[in-house]
Amino acid sequence: MRGTLGYAFVLGGLLCAIFGAVVGIEGGLRRRPATRLWVERATTGFFLCMLGANLTMVWALVAHDFSVQYVSHVGSRSTPLVYTVVSLWSALEGSILFWGAILGVYLFAFARAQHDSRGRNVEMALGAMLGAATFFAFLIAGPANPFGPVSPVPPDGPGPNALLQNHILMVIHPPMLYCGYVGMTVPFGIAVAALLDGHLGEAWLNALRRWTLLAWTFLTVGIILGSWWAYAVLGWGGYWAWDPVENASFLPWLTATAFLHATMLQERRRVLTLWTMSLALASFALTVLGTFMTRSGIFNSVHSFTQSDIGPTFLVFLGVVVAVSIGLLAVRGPMLAPEDPLPGLASRETAILVNNLLFAALTFTILLGTVFPLVREAFFGVRVSVGAPYFNRMAIPLGIAVLFLMGVGPSLPWGRADAGTFQRQFLVPLAVGLAVLGGCLLAGLRGGAALTTFALGGFVATVTLRELFLPTFVRMREKGEKPWTSFARSAARARRRTGGYLVHLAVVLVFVAIAASQAYVQHTTGTLMPGQTLSLGGYTVRFTGLEEGADPHRRWVAARLDVTTPRGGHGTLAPRMNFYERSTDPVGSPAVASSAFDDLYLTLLAFNENGQGGSASFNMWTFPLVGWIWWSIPLFVLGALVAAWPKRRSVPVVSEGSTAAADAARGTA
Amino acid sequence: MALKRTTWLAVAALLIAGGALAFIALGDLGSNLVYYWTPAEMLDAGSKAYGATIRLGGVVQRGTIAWDSGHTELTFRVANDMTPTAKNVLVRVRETPPQMFREGIGVVVEGTFDKSQVFTSNRLMVNHSNEYRPPKPGEGDRWKNTLSSDTTSSARPK
Repeated sequence: MRGTLGYAFVLGGLLCAIFGAVVGIEGGLRRRPATRLWVERATTGFFLCMLGANLTMVWALVAHDFSVQYVSHVGSRSTPLVYTVVSLWSALEGSILFWGAILGVYLFAFARAQHDSRGRNVEMALGAMLGAATFFAFLIAGPANPFGPVSPVPPDGPGPNALLQNHILMVIHPPMLYCGYVGMTVPFGIAVAALLDGHLGEAWLNALRRWTLLAWTFLTVGIILGSWWAYAVLGWGGYWAWDPVENASFLPWLTATAFLHATMLQERRRVLTLWTMSLALASFALTVLGTFMTRSGIFNSVHSFTQSDIGPTFLVFLGVVVAVSIGLLAVRGPMLAPEDPLPGLASRETAILVNNLLFAALTFTILLGTVFPLVREAFFGVRVSVGAPYFNRMAIPLGIAVLFLMGVGPSLPWGRADAGTFQRQFLVPLAVGLAVLGGCLLAGLRGGAALTTFALGGFVATVTLRELFLPTFVRMREKGEKPWTSFARSAARARRRTGGYLVHLAVVLVFVAIAASQAYVQHTTGTLMPGQTLSLGGYTVRFTGLEEGADPHRRWVAARLDVTTPRGGHGTLAPRMNFYERSTDPVGSPAVASSAFDDLYLTLLAFNENGQGGSASFNMWTFPLVGWIWWSIPLFVLGALVAAWPKRRSVPVVSEGSTAAADAARGTA
Repeated sequence: MALKRTTWLAVAALLIAGGALAFIALGDLGSNLVYYWTPAEMLDAGSKAYGATIRLGGVVQRGTIAWDSGHTELTFRVANDMTPTAKNVLVRVRETPPQMFREGIGVVVEGTFDKSQVFTSNRLMVNHSNEYRPPKPGEGDRWKNTLSSDTTSSARPK
């Protein structure tokens, strides 16, 4: 019964999407403003249908309705309620259904936000987005239908993938990532509409940037949470493995980041319009590629849920997206805007241009390494994978170059630098960078890439803090305000600038944390009898014994260890091995002792209950500064919020049709 | 419309930079490939397999698990399948094996093969079946078997 209801919602969503896509594009091209109403209704319809389908699925999951196919795959009576609800996105079909719901929310929100703006581009943007929605609705209705009937109805199910119910991060990490992925649909629609329209006004560029920033923020948080999940749950002693699935999330992030920088050029001077639009389109295409790689089970990876036959459908959609994008850029692109020449070589503009080239190079090399095994297998039948050393050798130099530019770009003026720029802007930050380098060398740290990162980190942090607080100091001196008021007021006057620099600080934090945790990681392994100890990097652990226990959905064996930290602290850690009822293999839970300086990371490899008290084997790591990677999340979010927070409507009365005036008003934002 | 000289210069510079990047990337790619092979495929490859990074996948042949006297080095044979005549390779590992490691289980070892016909590995992974199916009738609680000590201790010295 619930299956039929859910499927009816899906079909309804599919119809709304097809109708809205056709009416929106067609009406927009023929300039029929009356169609707006129908596109908005179709959007609302799609939103409600997808919401209904998802709620129906959650209802079926919670009610343990095993007559619904998806529930019979991932449901289980012994799974705790929170993981039962979360299993909506714990396997292939459910995650695509959930994708549909997020898409519905985005489209509805976009339609509401643009409700008052006149212009055919809104119809066409909604039409293009509903075109993408058609594909996903088709996928849910056909190849990845989660609502299929099961006969005979089984009394119980296997429960969700054990790895996915092992940690609470699984509750928030996938939705964040999906919000990032799905969010790229909106910039795609906006860009397609601008190209179809042959015009990109200030307001439309503003919308494009805003919605990209929103998706970018979710994607950033999703990627960092994903690495945290890999670290805290998978227990192989790392957070990033250049796994195809990780790369799939990183690629659209790179193009979206490049886009956010390119729009500054687009806004200040009419340059690189086509390039900017290409980045917006590419971010969506890479999202689809990423989803294709993740969801079709084409890679042999821990993240891939299962083998399935939705791969070809995805490939066709990807082909359509790429073909439409290239076609539009080729045919309509030249209409967009006259290109101004670039100014002097030593300028902010050049720095942003180089930034974009570096991001493009990063995207290219990572994409190459990710899809190479697929191509090789498809054409030569040889199964290979590209090792992490390739990605590190390519990405580390490019990453360091990006970090360097983060210090250079903000120090250069728009237009043309004069002779005194170097002395005025670079001397102090460079001195700080060199001081950091000297300090590290004195402290006995070695390693080219890490030391370069630390020195550049010092340089960039100095530049960023100066750019953040210089306006504050000027206000304090000139107006005699208190420091905090002064900072808040200067930040409010230049929100995007302030937000951008906050994000830059977070990026520096991540760079330094990655460099330290990669270069100075220590690892040992050992088998201990109770009472024996193992030491690493100033930490000493003493194995005190094995412990067994049971939760409703699993049994576990934990090894208890007393920990002595390098700073004289004491504590206990208990790495575990969990045995899920329906899973063939045990799932390990590493135990981590975090501090601001480093993490002690312990996994239980094996245990033996025979003999005197039983022995246990451990993997032991210390990762310097690693926690700062995830502790940077609040700073990323704060920066994005400051940059994207809607401006209070200071111009309430805009007569109908005077979009040019509204454009001008918003253009100063 | 004639393009300006600077535009041509910029395009040429971009093309050269892009070409150089592709050249470096492809070269690097070639030297960092990891091959997925079964023992039979690797032995068939002959001398081509020497030195390359390989992920060797197969099953641990029965009765071949052995530790050296200091209990630091583990050797076992990885075979294509469970038949006694299946092609197999001697593997040497210096790592503590994971909990599930035992005779007859699927494993993936990453490392290199050389002329002495020994596969030296620094990474031993037990093949996660990634299968979450309900137990078949009569199978009982499989997870309880994994807790019993006879399976966990098989990799330990007696």
